[in-house]
Amino acid sequence: MEDLILKLKKEIIDQLQMEGIAPEDLDAEAPLFGEGGVGLDSIDVLELVVLLDRNYGMKIRAPKEEGPKIFYSIKTIAEYILDQQKK
Amino acid sequence: MKLQDRRAWLNGVVGYVSAAGSVDELFRSAYHHYNIDYPKFFKMDNLCKLAFLSAEILLRGTDTLQKYPSEEVAIILENASASLEYDQKHWESIRDRNKYFPSPSVFVYTIPNIMVAEIAIRHKVKGENAVFILKQFDPGFIYHYVSELFRNQQVSCCLTGWVECYGDHYQSFLFIVEQEDEIKRFKALQEYVIFSTLNMEKLFKGRSI
Repeated sequence: MEDLILKLKKEIIDQLQMEGIAPEDLDAEAPLFGEGGVGLDSIDVLELVVLLDRNYGMKIRAPKEEGPKIFYSIKTIAEYILDQQKK
Repeated sequence: MKLQDRRAWLNGVVGYVSAAGSVDELFRSAYHHYNIDYPKFFKMDNLCKLAFLSAEILLRGTDTLQKYPSEEVAIILENASASLEYDQKHWESIRDRNKYFPSPSVFVYTIPNIMVAEIAIRHKVKGENAVFILKQFDPGFIYHYVSELFRNQQVSCCLTGWVECYGDHYQSFLFIVEQEDEIKRFKALQEYVIFSTLNMEKLFKGRSI
C-alpha cells in the first residue's frame, strides 16, 4: 500500500505538472479537491481518470457516482486500485 | 510591455534578461524572477504562459484595471498561430486508436481564447474579450476594433496587443488603452502615448515615439 501511494504521488505530480511539489509534500489522506486540501480542479480530476486508465488499465464506469469516493484522496485512489486488482 | 528575444521591456526599459536555453526554461525563469505566486501557471501551455507573464509584468505595481468596473475592462489580443502547438499535441494523443489517451489538460488549451481567460481570471476582468488570428501584428485592426468598443461605451479600459507563440518562436507586445480625460490630456506628453496605428507600429518595432 505504501509503495503504491508513493508511486501514485509521483504520477500525480508528473501528470498534473505540480511544479515545486515533492511526494513527501502531499498528504495521502488529505482531500484532493476543495479548500484545505491539495487544491485540484475539475480538469485535474479528468487527468486522474486518464491516469488510472493509461497506467492501471482501469476505467471509471460511473464517474458521477464513483468519482467522489475514488478521488477523495490519494489513499482512496490506492485502495480502489488494490481493490480492482483483486477482482 | 514587450517580451521577445529573451528580454522583457516595460515602457521601453529592459526589466529582465534571461540566459535560458529553451522557451520552457525562459518562461519558468521569468516566473521566478518576477516572484509570481500562481501554481496554475505551470499547467498552462506556452501561449498562455506568455500571455500571463506579459500581463503580470505590465500590470505589476499599477492599479489601472482596478480603477474601472470589471465589466468595463476589455481584453483584445491578436496572434498568428492560434493554439497550433497544443492542437498538434492533442492530435498526437488521439491519432492512434490503440493508444487513445487524450489529455483533458491539453485539450483545454486547444483554443487561443484561453489565454484571455487566464488573464481575466487572474486580474478579475469581466468585459468584452476576443482573440483575432492574423498573419502578423496589425495595429490598424487593433486601433479600429478597440476604438469601436470605446465609441459604443462598452468599455472604459482595454488590455490589448499581440501574443504569439509557436515552437521556439515567441513574441508579445501588450499595452493598456484608456479613455482620454482632462488629466491624461494634460499629462499626455510625459506619461501617456496617444493611441494611434502609427504609435503602436513604432512601439512594436522598438522605435521611439
